[in-house]
Amino acid sequence: MKCSICGQPAILNLRHHMLRLCAPHFMEWFPEQVARSIKRYRMFGPQDRILVAVSGGKDSLALWDALLRLGYQADGMYINLGIKERSCHSQTSDGLSQPGDYSGKSLERVRAFAAQRPGARYQVVDVAAEYGLNVPDLARRNHRSAKMCSLCGLVKRHIMNRAAYQGGYAAIATGHNLDDEVATLLQNALHWETGYLARQAPVLPSTHPRLVRKVKPLARMYERDSAAYALVQGIDYIYDECPYAEGAKSIFFKKLFNQIENLSTGTKSQFYLQFLKARQQGRIAFPQLEAGEEDDAPRSLLRDCDKCGQPTSSADLCAFCRLWEET
Amino acid sequence: MKLIYRDQVWELRPGMTVRDAIRKVGLDPEEVLAVRNGQLINEETLTGTDDEIKLIAVISGGGQ
Repeated sequence: MKCSICGQPAILNLRHHMLRLCAPHFMEWFPEQVARSIKRYRMFGPQDRILVAVSGGKDSLALWDALLRLGYQADGMYINLGIKERSCHSQTSDGLSQPGDYSGKSLERVRAFAAQRPGARYQVVDVAAEYGLNVPDLARRNHRSAKMCSLCGLVKRHIMNRAAYQGGYAAIATGHNLDDEVATLLQNALHWETGYLARQAPVLPSTHPRLVRKVKPLARMYERDSAAYALVQGIDYIYDECPYAEGAKSIFFKKLFNQIENLSTGTKSQFYLQFLKARQQGRIAFPQLEAGEEDDAPRSLLRDCDKCGQPTSSADLCAFCRLWEET
Repeated sequence: MKLIYRDQVWELRPGMTVRDAIRKVGLDPEEVLAVRNGQLINEETLTGTDDEIKLIAVISGGGQ
């Protein structure tokens, strides 16, 4: 298999793009695609400061790397959730098994990444140090261990928004890839979660001066391509998924989509992009945003949280502060 | 040739494509990337007798 551009041996067959690329051309192609998405969806401009949510995984580090290579002012933000491995081991991309804590190893990857890139700045928020409990303990105290992923998401969204707002960033960039997006889209469609279907998009606009715009520059990238970029670029990322994601529905749906993709190349891309297009053209419509979603509720529904001052659609405390109050 | 995925190692006959080798051990070629001598290789690559091919999982299910 040869590179479609130069004829050298290809490392990757991007069937959905009808393109086969060698390593050097793939390393050019990936950031170009990221830049194209940023422009197409008007995510941010060249002068904007961006806060990248980095987890130590392949997607967020690949995104951070691509943004830096494209010349954006992209700072990293790592939230230490205090997650420990549940069983035996976790692998890094070098394949070595190491005992230890998952969050600590993830942070090591972020530090190593930044150390290798002059000018890459990042900040770390340690949830236990700042709030008194790590996220798994918080979940246990709240009897929400079975819903770790949603609780974790709530904590991350709140802390990211606060840091981005206080730091004067124009947008928060996350490493959600196309596989993440289609898995979420299908789950929401299966349950007709119209509120979520109304707002799933590569850009979540700000609805309040203290709610920072959220963007997903990898939303059109296959997860496979994101992983390949991280590998070829020599990014040392956390290889295993979060221990709490084991058996997660999102993984089941990703596997399902891969089976479909084996039979019908390009299905993932079509499913997502045609959904966005149909909604934009009004061929499908969902009710507007509902109360209770603090990220993007309409401005008229938002007021200041009594405790932290962040916008909320609740009567007194935001969901994050309520969580800690109930603990 | 050896195929390695997480803690598992398979000994397979050489001469088949990487894609066939992945399928032979029951994995989905869409869900792994193949690395030989530290280099990513495409799924049509023919495997050699002394090859040691490591498979890297593509799917992740949530950041830390």
